[in-house]
Amino acid sequence: MTLSNDIVSVVRLRDVAKTYRVGTVDVEALRGVTLDIHQSRFSVVIGPSGSGKTTLLNLIGAIDAPTAGSVELCGQDLAILKDDALSEFRARHIGFVFQGFSLMPVLSAFENVEYPLLLVGMPASERKDRTMAMLEAVGLAEQRYRRPNELSGGQKQRVAIARALVKQPDVVLADEPTANLDTKTGASIIELMRNVQTQFRTTFIFSTHDPQLMSHSDETFAVRDGRLVSPQMKELAS
Amino acid sequence: MMIFRIGYRNILRNRRRSAMTGLAVAVGTLAVLLFGGFQRNVFAGLETGAVQRSGHLTAFRQGYFLYGAGNPSAYGIDDSRNIVELLQNDPVLQPLVNVVTPTLSLVGIAGNYSGQSSAAKTFLGIGFVPSDHARMRQWNEHHVRLATGIEPVLKDDEPSVGFVGLGLGRILGLCGPLRISNCPPPQELASERPAVDAPAEDFKELHEPDLDKTSTDSHAGMPRLDLLGATAAGAPNVVGFYVASATPQGVKELDENVIGMPLPLAQQLVYGRQKPRVTGITVQLHRTEDLEKARERLTGLFHERGINLEVHDFADLNPFYVQVKAFFGSLFLFIAAIMGVIVLFTIVNTMTMAVLERTTEIGTTRALGVKRGGVRRQFLLEGGLLGALGATVGVAVAALATFAINHAGLEWTPPANAQATPFQVELWGRTAFILSTWIALTLIATLAAWFPANRAAKLQIVDALRHV
Repeated sequence: MTLSNDIVSVVRLRDVAKTYRVGTVDVEALRGVTLDIHQSRFSVVIGPSGSGKTTLLNLIGAIDAPTAGSVELCGQDLAILKDDALSEFRARHIGFVFQGFSLMPVLSAFENVEYPLLLVGMPASERKDRTMAMLEAVGLAEQRYRRPNELSGGQKQRVAIARALVKQPDVVLADEPTANLDTKTGASIIELMRNVQTQFRTTFIFSTHDPQLMSHSDETFAVRDGRLVSPQMKELAS
Repeated sequence: MMIFRIGYRNILRNRRRSAMTGLAVAVGTLAVLLFGGFQRNVFAGLETGAVQRSGHLTAFRQGYFLYGAGNPSAYGIDDSRNIVELLQNDPVLQPLVNVVTPTLSLVGIAGNYSGQSSAAKTFLGIGFVPSDHARMRQWNEHHVRLATGIEPVLKDDEPSVGFVGLGLGRILGLCGPLRISNCPPPQELASERPAVDAPAEDFKELHEPDLDKTSTDSHAGMPRLDLLGATAAGAPNVVGFYVASATPQGVKELDENVIGMPLPLAQQLVYGRQKPRVTGITVQLHRTEDLEKARERLTGLFHERGINLEVHDFADLNPFYVQVKAFFGSLFLFIAAIMGVIVLFTIVNTMTMAVLERTTEIGTTRALGVKRGGVRRQFLLEGGLLGALGATVGVAVAALATFAINHAGLEWTPPANAQATPFQVELWGRTAFILSTWIALTLIATLAAWFPANRAAKLQIVDALRHV
């Protein structure tokens, strides 16, 4: 993979390995993965179930630690950060979109989107304005008072995307974001993500099996048996 | 604010479980408050009875308290009038003191050999100044309703007239003239009366002349007793005593033994024709909380003036008061501990279930950037909120229950009491007690949530997100 020198590397993994212990057996989820993901890319990680996609995203998202190797995000070596510092780092730099939406059921759509801004201590007026703007961007301003159980699957995923983007993170990680959606809704969600990615110039990293999503990506990383087998670069739109 | 909003809504998420948990806390609060209120009433009743009888502080000659009861004449205080005046006029004591009065304690045998009964019994006598005694009996700082009845108004100028305990009146066969209830039928007493009235004959030989020369007329209708005692010189002595009433004394032992008489009569019985003395100088204060201040002043004054007196408080003179107080105190602690444990385990159970159900949510919030401490705080707050809500309900129910109990006309007989007393719970106005109970149970609930909260905080994010 050859890139021009003016493109900034947001994610940088070097010889990353991750071994889980399941009972008495060690399972190697990742074996010596090295990759760079650059700013403002719409990147996809693909691979069969159990290949290590989710583990890779977890390591990039700083919610898990590698057994060996190094993970750098936005130039920060994650290994040197303690737990609280890692939490703060996630709060400021990383947005998550989960497969099962993972919205907080006791909060309304508005409060769910507002929540990450509370964690970074944003003043109330700015928080409200930004939350409202983000809900408008995902087309859910009208439904802002609804709780997750009053929203459709597509609407929930829109709220989740708004929540991930509202703090304007450096990286948004999405673990199979269209897996629980029908084809039409999935397509609209992909379009939405592509639009907001273009608008906010955020780096998106997905894991997916969805061919629709793959077709929208700037680059694709194929993982098999814990190894990166084929980083593929497309022609960048920008 | 978001943490409170989330906590409050999470409590409402599983309403039935939260309601049951809150109910357990409410029951705990209710039990502690009601028992505490009842205990307070018992303490106030005991204190009031003791202070009415023996004042807050009593000054005795050195050694009387331990050894003098068997020989009161040997421990008499000579210049009681001067000491009473000293205490009454002291600028420090004056604002604190309600009554300062001399008393004389004695023992003897009371006999009733008139009418159709013939009975005698040892008695515990107390000689007092009737007007002072009447003022002491009106003391009721805590506004409690006591089992003790209304005593007759004795007069300082009728030195032969006094009262007996209700039980003693019954024992001495004074049921008819004093209208005492629960007495044996008269025929039973008559059949057991000895053929020759020997004790009555003996008493006549020893009789002192009556102090009250007009007694025959002015005490018409009052039963007369002969009181036998030993003078300071060791000689037997008898005085005539007119019983104005039989008065419940609250405590059974007193009820069946006590005779209250004007001080001059008691002095005549103990000292005969010798110089009269007293055994104690009783001080009753307006408020019990001034007791230590008054004690310190009394001791200081006696030391300063070289007066050989020692000071004892009403707890020293009424050991039963201390024992009952300790017993109820232990019982209260026991009940409070049990309630605390119930609340603790209920909250632990509820919050553990909540952590289990919300494991994925915990993983999500941690991924979004919430620190371990934030997760811990969230669950601690929810435990505390459950405790606070339950305790608030408990306080409200306790207030209603207190009103209902206090107006239900219930009665009970306190330990060693001779007569039933109103069953009352003292809760109104006890803000500190209510608040401390509320805070204690809310704190227990919060602390109980610490175990599951800590477990939630320690969850690995990826494990929590994988949780199904």
